Amino acid sequence: MKKLIIAAAVVFAGLQAGTARAAEDTDPPARDWSFSGVFGQYDRAAMQRGLQVYREVCAGCHSLRLIAFRNLEALGYGEDEIEAIAAEYTVVDGPDDEGEMFERPGLPADRFPSPFANPKAAAAANNGAVPPDLSLMIKARDGGADYVHALLTGYVDPPDGVELLDVQSYNLYFPGHLTAMAPPLSEDAVAYGDGTPATVERMASDVVSFLAWTAEPAMEERKRMGIKVILFLLVFTGVLYAVKRKVWAGLH
Amino acid sequence: MADTANPGAGPGHSGDGETRRDFLYLTAAAMGVVGTAAVAWPIIDSMNPAADVRALASIVVDLSPVEEGMAITVIWRGNPVFVRHRTAAEIETARGVALDDLPDPETDEARVQKPQWLVMVGICTHLGCIPKGQRVGEEKGEYDGWFCPCHGSHYDTSGRIRKGPAPRNLDVPPYEFLDDTTIEIG
Amino acid sequence: MSEFKPTNPVIRWIEHRLPIFSFIDHAVGSGYPTPRNLNYWWNYGSLAGIALVILIITGIVLAMQYTPHADYAFDSVERIMRDVNYGWLLRYIHMNGASFFFIVVYIHLFRGLYYGSYKEPRELLWMIGVTLLLLMMATAFTGYVLPWGQLSYWAARVITNMFTAFPFGETIVTWLWGGYTVGNPTLNRFYAFHYLLPFVIVGVVFMHIWALHRFGSSNPVGIEADGPQDKIPFHPYYTVKDLFGLGVYLTLFAALVFFAPNMLGETINYVEADPLVTPAHIVPEWYFLPYYAILRSVTFDIWFLSAKLIGVILMFGSTLILFLVPWLDRSPVRSARFRPWYKWFFWIWVFDVAVLTWVGANLPVPPYLYIGQVASVWYFFHFLVILPLLSIFEPTKPLPSSIGEPVLKGGGASAAGAASKPMEKA
Repeated sequence: MKKLIIAAAVVFAGLQAGTARAAEDTDPPARDWSFSGVFGQYDRAAMQRGLQVYREVCAGCHSLRLIAFRNLEALGYGEDEIEAIAAEYTVVDGPDDEGEMFERPGLPADRFPSPFANPKAAAAANNGAVPPDLSLMIKARDGGADYVHALLTGYVDPPDGVELLDVQSYNLYFPGHLTAMAPPLSEDAVAYGDGTPATVERMASDVVSFLAWTAEPAMEERKRMGIKVILFLLVFTGVLYAVKRKVWAGLH
Repeated sequence: MADTANPGAGPGHSGDGETRRDFLYLTAAAMGVVGTAAVAWPIIDSMNPAADVRALASIVVDLSPVEEGMAITVIWRGNPVFVRHRTAAEIETARGVALDDLPDPETDEARVQKPQWLVMVGICTHLGCIPKGQRVGEEKGEYDGWFCPCHGSHYDTSGRIRKGPAPRNLDVPPYEFLDDTTIEIG
Repeated sequence: MSEFKPTNPVIRWIEHRLPIFSFIDHAVGSGYPTPRNLNYWWNYGSLAGIALVILIITGIVLAMQYTPHADYAFDSVERIMRDVNYGWLLRYIHMNGASFFFIVVYIHLFRGLYYGSYKEPRELLWMIGVTLLLLMMATAFTGYVLPWGQLSYWAARVITNMFTAFPFGETIVTWLWGGYTVGNPTLNRFYAFHYLLPFVIVGVVFMHIWALHRFGSSNPVGIEADGPQDKIPFHPYYTVKDLFGLGVYLTLFAALVFFAPNMLGETINYVEADPLVTPAHIVPEWYFLPYYAILRSVTFDIWFLSAKLIGVILMFGSTLILFLVPWLDRSPVRSARFRPWYKWFFWIWVFDVAVLTWVGANLPVPPYLYIGQVASVWYFFHFLVILPLLSIFEPTKPLPSSIGEPVLKGGGASAAGAASKPMEKA
């Protein structure tokens, strides 16, 4: 047993890497998400509200380039609703038969258009800091959903002695604390269609629920399949053990 | 130890033990087969069209610039779709053919939604070449429709196979008229 | 053992013209006599083979969807994750399959070290195994670059830059890159190598198995089997035992793939490669951490050798030294069961590797730096000093006269008692 423990230590020692490295900054508080845990699934109402927050608040600066409107089916929208959402966007298509690019209303197969034409334009409009794409944000940061939620709600006045430039804000959870992103959420920044009060806390957790899905859209299918696969393998392994015992029983 | 080389016959216990053993072996083998098949499916299915490919399955085509006697070719699912604005003479020819003369009997009426607009997938049903006859001046075959240069299949003005190796008429894709001069294919 | 005598006429017809069935029978069938006392640590060889097959199959279908171009690679991987049918499953299996392959092979290697499996006449078998490890590392490294995330890019850049430690390094590195930095040509050739190397591994695995069958498997007692009474046919005894082990392996693997698929990965690799921004913390995949720790432990020049060159040499040396183990350890006794001192030093060495892994995951600053330096020195000290000294001074325990004999300290009443212990853990 001792040897097993040591072997396991060798294998998994690397896992501590993440925690050790984040230690300098304030760790984001762990939250209980509907999608955490073995049986956790996405909360569709929260995702729909999160989509609204993204569209009305984040989308001014942040692209969501890996997500197509057709993907919104996973949020519980029907075909008509998706077509309506897509049609609210203008996408550039072409070239047409005259060789010109042209604009048309979005279709379900289109992806969310980016707020800026290219990274240089994004940098020029944002004092040199390119707002990152949000499609994979939850998977692309240590701390994941907890971190992004903490970041969105972690704006405070700078401690004494910390001088901020005009374009900087002080955030408890951002590495180094000085971020070029101004506090994006304020009370009632959006008006939720379902009447949910739009507190900063609520909007932050809604948009994180939405972004958790954009980062890992196959999670629900993955977990459902995983439970079946593991149950099958446990039984199969049990049978194989019995067969093994049976075969070896003849050996004396 | 002599029997270890032939372990199947090794521990010949009582009948009960043997039944239990056989049951175990069968269960294990059956689960192995089921498990392997379950693993094979995702691998096979991954080669089917992906969601982004399937999402592009329909296109909208504006027919208003296509004058009578002209044809356009549009791309649907990566394949050419022939849209022909037929003349009255072409329609008449197509409707005057006796079904008995056709290798793949089908009335012209069944192949169009509006008589003047013939919409079909421009792929020879023989081995997948693209028949000639869309552009002005191209070889149109013996029946004044389309002609496949690969192996010499002749199609009539309704896109039906008349002569040559192709087994079927040119396929008609699913489409609908959104208004008089706009169709959605797919 | 038994001679292969097929009864099915079709098999007989083929067998007469192409003796492939007897070949298989001798390789993994009833025609391969195997020591009867192998424990579960002997499962890892066949598990490694299966891990390789899983990687090759998923890799081939992933290759059908992946685009090896700097502009499209990252998005094509995300397309696999989102749009391709079961693409997420195939990719997570492939990604975590690499980790599990390394886990299994490292345990296989540790088992070889513990039981002295590398000793005469199996030196070449061992060396082919070390070659396989090197090929695996190259395959894993080239594969890690393909998603073209931030760590993919910077791993490629840092690792290839190691060659600048050698004479003409700049020329070599430019040649490796096909440009003046890691770029599209680099990605393309890495993809070519990543597709090629696994099949080279398969070829070398055949040599590994070929060499294995020359003298047969070693065993936990470490003495050669005396005769037929010490051996049992591989099939069905070890096929079924390996299948049971495979079931356990797949269960653990499924738990990772389905419920924590990104646990062993780094978050920053979900950010697309940016040649102008190095991530704040770059770490290799966990299975490279010990080597990385050794590389970073050298912070000073020695004589005319730069710290950089020594670091690179020691890093490569830490694996290459395994080739020499059969000659560094001259002890006549194979198994650590009968080597009371070696047993201790073996576990200290395993602990040392664990420490290096841990150090490799942290920044090279005190105290990690000093711990890493001590651990690095011990790593080489173990092989270069302790193994040769143990060969001379270690008082080994008396060996049983045969595999079938009871192990002396056990004082077993009957030969059958010892023989019926093949399932015990080491």
